[in-house]
Order: sequence, then structure tokens, then C-alpha cells
Amino acid sequence: MSIVTVQLGQCGNQIGFEVFDALYSDSHCPQGLCSKRENEVYQASCKERFFSEEENGVPIARAVLVDMEPKVINQTLSKAAQSGRWKYGQHSCFCQKQGSGNNWAYGYSVHGPRHEESIMNLIQNEVEKCDCLSGFFIIMSMAGGTGSGLGAFITQNLQDHYSNSLKMNQIIWPYGTGEVIVQNYNSILTLSHLYRSSDALLVHENDAVHKICAKLMNIKQISFSDINQVLAHQLGSVFQPTYSMEGSYHYRRNPLGIDWQVRPPLSGLPTLGKVSLNRELHFNTSIANLVILRGKDVHSADLGGFKDPALYTSWLAPVNAFNVWKTQRAFSKYEKSAALVSNSQFLLKPLDTIVGKAWNMFASKAYIHQYTKFGIEEEDFLDSFTLLEQVVASYCNL
Amino acid sequence: MTQSVVVQVGQCGNQIGCCFWDLALREHAAVNQKGIYDEAISSFFRNVDTRVVGDGGNISKGKICSLKARAVLIDMEEGVVNEILQGPLRDVFDSKQLITDISGSGNNWAVGHKVFGRLYQEQILEKLRKSAEHCDCLQCFFIIHSMGGGTGSGLGTFLLKVLEDEFPEVYRFVTSVYPSGEDDVITSPYNSILAMKELNEHADCVLPIDNQSLFDIISKIDLMVNSGKLGTTIKPKSLVTSSAGALKKQHQKPFDAMNNIVANLLLNLTSSARFEGSLNMDLNEISMNLVPFPQLHYLVSSLTPLYTLADVNIPTRRLDQMFSDAFSKDHQLIRADPKHSLYLACALMVRGNVQVSDLRRNIERLKPSLQFISWNQEGWKTSLCSVPPVGHSHSLLALANNTCVKPTFMELRERFMRLYKKKAHLHHYLQIEGMEESCFMEAVSSLSALIEEYNQLDATRSMPVEDLPRLSVAV
Repeated sequence: MSIVTVQLGQCGNQIGFEVFDALYSDSHCPQGLCSKRENEVYQASCKERFFSEEENGVPIARAVLVDMEPKVINQTLSKAAQSGRWKYGQHSCFCQKQGSGNNWAYGYSVHGPRHEESIMNLIQNEVEKCDCLSGFFIIMSMAGGTGSGLGAFITQNLQDHYSNSLKMNQIIWPYGTGEVIVQNYNSILTLSHLYRSSDALLVHENDAVHKICAKLMNIKQISFSDINQVLAHQLGSVFQPTYSMEGSYHYRRNPLGIDWQVRPPLSGLPTLGKVSLNRELHFNTSIANLVILRGKDVHSADLGGFKDPALYTSWLAPVNAFNVWKTQRAFSKYEKSAALVSNSQFLLKPLDTIVGKAWNMFASKAYIHQYTKFGIEEEDFLDSFTLLEQVVASYCNL
Repeated sequence: MTQSVVVQVGQCGNQIGCCFWDLALREHAAVNQKGIYDEAISSFFRNVDTRVVGDGGNISKGKICSLKARAVLIDMEEGVVNEILQGPLRDVFDSKQLITDISGSGNNWAVGHKVFGRLYQEQILEKLRKSAEHCDCLQCFFIIHSMGGGTGSGLGTFLLKVLEDEFPEVYRFVTSVYPSGEDDVITSPYNSILAMKELNEHADCVLPIDNQSLFDIISKIDLMVNSGKLGTTIKPKSLVTSSAGALKKQHQKPFDAMNNIVANLLLNLTSSARFEGSLNMDLNEISMNLVPFPQLHYLVSSLTPLYTLADVNIPTRRLDQMFSDAFSKDHQLIRADPKHSLYLACALMVRGNVQVSDLRRNIERLKPSLQFISWNQEGWKTSLCSVPPVGHSHSLLALANNTCVKPTFMELRERFMRLYKKKAHLHHYLQIEGMEESCFMEAVSSLSALIEEYNQLDATRSMPVEDLPRLSVAV
């Protein structure tokens, strides 16, 4: 099952490169801590998912690179080619000259329709190279103009053209104190549009990753390269092949096949299961959690703590809300590693903060003329606010 | 990658322009070792095969043959432009991109705007169209002029309307040199106020510059150079005022050093668009992020460092000093104190070996001492360009949309009223066809309206910052 990656904008392309590099490095790592046969199966599975084969043997990433100005794509292509180990397809890029000017409206309303055909064709080419398409992985930031605006437009298109395939968007949450002044506007417009067309939003906050670099890794002068590498490492540990719980002998067929979409029961139904005594101590309620274990002793690991009902909402029993994937094959030379993917209230505070700041700015009408110039009206903003307030309320009520 | 065209108008505009082209060549020569005509160079220069006669000589790739500046030079006197054409930069300019006259504008905005505007409109349009045709993707016009004289002020602002009508999609960035209090042109207040109205209405973004501030910065540098602190020497090439490349004459005229500062400003402004970096910032992002309302498009700029000490290993403390300096009133290019006024938005454009953690650390450190408007408390736009300017390992350009521009405008209005009340020199203007007293009145009201906008924003400073009630939704 293959995944087609779409890298959008400066952020998307910079991160995309690091992700493919991390995936490649890990799959070709000699110390898998498992049998040779096991290692080979792992490698083959990873390769099928993320790379296609070329005549001279250099794997080509299953990716489409999109940016509205050429500098970053050129850099990304050359970095990949320089490594000599893997590369991007020669005709997998779409590039323009002018950029989106950090303007969501420009990315969505101008670049989107203008370049829809070309970009969708590139994606179609990539899809046709896959024996079996699992879904799309779209990497974008929320703060700028291309990743955010064009990203929202493309995701919508993917929903229309490939409604049976899973679409997962990797969203980069900007630093709280400003990379872009209109980042809050761009963020709420992005999120509200993606909510309608994406299947899953995987979020990484720049602030959080920055803290990891500073506190856990002790890097003195942190660069975006450091941040992107940590991110890629995390994504790699989620996307590399694993066995599903049923203990089958094949690597999990659909890597993105987590049942992300849950709906709360209609009100009036009784709550399920017992209420755990630990409930008073909780600060973060989850809808669902996925733990991925790799390396030594995975089969004997004790995950009881994750099954505590106190962690979950009352209307979803832990047996449905909690999943484990395991493989003995170690990730990136770590003897033991674990990854947690969580659908919980974790993002409630950041989301609430962004909506609040955007709302304050919107009340003063600052910068709105930059958006109305390209067809995004005040009404569109209000629709976005409404949708996101509903999301905030839903998560709050867990 | 996009291209920009520089339009330099009047004596001041052309002198600054000249410094700009000199520095731009120097910068690209330092970065582009192999002499290949790449996209970075093409943003400001064309590559021309000089053997081809006429227009067909553009070469888009490959080795650099002969670089021509994407510039249009306009002056109503011949002196300055002739000097440029006879000087070391003569081959950089295309002789077809000049518009000159003999008589000059007599320090009269009306002559520049109405008389020469009408006279040269067709020619101006033709030259602009030509320069646009040579561009693959034209993004921006940079207009350089002064406000106090006749040509730069009058014809320079006439241009803005032409550009807006002919190229509505292309940004108009104006670098305007405002007259200082001791300006020797008596009518400079009239010229400036009449020009301000045009800037209010037709410019996308204005970078006001004050001669007095430039002069103060130079004095500061001279002081540092001459004080010879023990154990440190200043790298001569690293002075933001120096033009120590081989292209210019040895002795420097008085305004040279000041013009170089402005030239550096323009280079740093465009660096992230031309060169690579981990967080790019294109020219259209400047307007998007720093102009919250269309009329409030005046940006206060500051450049640091002004010089580099020869100590190559720059420890973090000096890097942080660069950030602190950017907010001090001594480093601003107009007489303004942003720290004690209200920020609407601020952009930090960093070049060189600076990473995102350095940026964040300094923003956190400086934030508490700066006051931002209630709806933009975290209003920072940042960019990181990997290529440092010549002679430095890193540099910072800060652009602020801040109410500290207000005093400059108020003073200007003050000086204007003093003259206007006495009707001094008014007849020089009124005798020009198309000029009436109402032109003056409209110009003053335009300025007063702008000042009032800043006043209203300043008034919010004393109000507490409260979060507005949010939408309440049914789940």
C-alpha cells in the first residue's frame, strides 16, 4: 500500500525532505535488532510505501513538490540528489515565480484555481505509479500563504477526486510569538477549510518541537533544520511498517488506517463502562490513543496504564479507544522506541488561543483588506470562526 | 524568482540610486563566484550580449556577459545623471533608460509634477514599459526620491499615479528622503506636503528617511572609528557607510556615506527574496504583514550593525546587542523613538549566521519593553536569509509600522503652516497651470487625516488590553 506525499510551500518542502531522508535512513539501517529476513521484509514494505523504483536503482520518493516560488524547491531537489541515496522525480515539481505573500486568500483563490489542473495532473501521475494507493500525506504550514491557502484548496480537490483514499494533513502550528503577523488569520481559515475535507490532521507545534530541541536534546543554537529533523524522526516512527494487533505475518496493509473519525453518541444514551477512581486527577481527556512500539521486548511491554478509563471519554470504552502496533525491528538504531498518536484535548489550548487572537484582530478589521482583495470576505472569516468555536466546544465537552 | 525595477528621480534619488547599484554589484560579485547569471542577479540586473545591436541582446542563462541595471533614471537637470554616465558605473546603465532635461524644477513641486509630468508622460511610460518587458515576472517598483525639492518630489510622485494606472499589480515601494529642520530649501515644506498627498494615495509602502538621522549615524560611526578602543579594530569594509569597492572614487563626497546607508537598506530589504534562507520573506509579504490598513503604510527602518569589529568569533552577546540596537532611537533612519510609541507591526529581517533560536530569544527579551497595539500583541514578522551582507557575518533590518512617525509629519505640517499663513513664495506655485490654493488645502487635509489616524491609535494605549467576547455556539 503506497502513500503519495504532497509537499506544499517552504515549510512543507523543507520538512518533506527530512521525512523521506529519515524514512530512507531507517529502512537501510543495518542494525535492525531482528533477523535478516525480518529486516528485508521491513525494507521492502517501507520502500513500497514511500519510494518507487528507478532503472539504475536509486529510489524515487513518491512525492509531489509544490511551491509558488522557486528557491526552496530548487534547494530541496538538490539536497536530495546530492545525497546519492534517494531522490525526487524529475517531473514531480510544480513551481511559480511570485509566491503567495503570506496571503491565504491569494493561495486559495488565485493560485488554487489557476494551477489546479497542473498540480492535480502531477498527483495523478504519482498515483498511477502505485500498485495500490493507501492515501495522501499532505505536508503544510498554517501560517503562510502557499502551504495554508493552496494546501486547503488542494486537499479539497483530493477529497473530490479521490474520495475513497485517506487524506492525512501534517499541519505545522507556528510559534506563538509570531513568524508571520497574519498567521492567526491564515490558521483559522486553513483549519476550518481542512475540517471539511481532510480525514485526519496530524499537528506539530513549532513551540513544542523547539522545546524538545532545547530541553531534551540540549541543542544550543537551534535552527529550522534541527526542528525539522526532530519532526521527521517522530513521523518516521509512526509511518514505518508495523504489525497490526491481530498478530498477522504481514506488515500492516494500511499505514494510515487508524479509525480517526469518531462521533459522540446522541445525547440521552447511558454512558458505557465503569467510571474509574482516577478520574479526578485527569487533565486531558482522549478520544483515542495509538501506541507504536518498536525494538526489543515489544511483546512483553505492559500497556495497562493506557487502558485506564479515566483517560477516555465516557462514551467510548478503552477497548475501542486504545490501539497498539508493534514490531521487533528497531527504529533508527534505538533499541527500544515508542510513539504515541493521540486524539485528545491536547490541542484545545493552542486552538483556543489562536481563535482568540484572530478574533481580536478581526474585530479591529486589521489586514482584512488584504484578504477581500482576493475574494475572501468577512463572511468567510465568520464561517471559519463559527466552525472552530464548535470544534473547541466539542473538545471541551469531552 | 521575480524582478524589481528601480526608478530614481531627481538629484537625491539618482545619487542614492548610484550607491545602490554599486553595492548591489559588490554583493552579487561576492556571492556569485562563478560568474553565472543566476536568478538572484536577475532580480535587479539583465544579462546583455553587447555585440547585439538593439533590443535582442538579452541572455537569460549562462555566463555573465554584461550586466545592465533594471533602472530608469530621471532628472530634470543633466548634472547628476551625466556624472553617473561618465563615472565607473557607466556601463551598468542602459543609455536608453534615461530621461533628462536641462532647466531643472527650481525646487518647485508644481513644476516637477504638472509641467514636467505632462511633458514627459509619454516618454516615462515608454521607458517603464520597456523595462517591464525585459522582466520575466515583475513584482516591484522601487522609487527613490527626496521630498523637499522639485523633481524628485514633484515628478517622482507624478510617476506613482502613472505606475498605479499602468501596472496595478506591481508593488510600489517608495524610499523618500524627508527634509530635516535645517533644510536650506525654503519651499521644502510646500514640496513635501504636496508630495505626501500623492504618497498617501498611490504608494503601497513608504520608507521615510531623514537626512539628520543619517548624519547622526555617520557621526556615531566616525566617533567609534576614531576612538580606537583598545584591542579592537573595525574592519574598514564593514562600515554600513563604506563603498570601499574598487568601483568608486577614493575621496568621498559628504553625502556619499549617508547614501550608502540607504542603499544598504534597500539591499537588505530584498535579500531574503533574492537569496536562500530557512525562512524566506518575499517583497509582497512586507506589504501583507506590515500594512494593516491601506493608509497606514509608512514604515520606520533601522539597520544594524553599523560596523563589525574585527573579532571574527561573534559570541551570542554581540548578536543580542544587534537586536537591542535595532530598537534604539539612535539607529532609526528617521528621527523617531519606536520604543516609546505604539507598534502596529514589526518585521525583523535577519541575514547571515543567525538561527531561529537566536531570533526567538531576542524577541522574548525585547518584547516587554515594547508596546504593541491590543489586536496585534504578537505582531512580529521574521525572516532568515543565509547570505550575509558584504563585510559582515550577520545583519538585521527592522521595519516598524509605529506611531512614532507622527511627530515627523506634525513637524512638517507645522513648518508648512508657518509659510502658508504668510502666503510666502506661493506665487511660484500658483502661476503653474493646474495649481490652485485648493491643491494646498487638500494636501494638508490629507496629511491631517493621516495624523488623526495615528492619534486614534495612540489613544488606545491607555486602554486596558481586554479579550473581546467570543462567538458562542451550540454544539
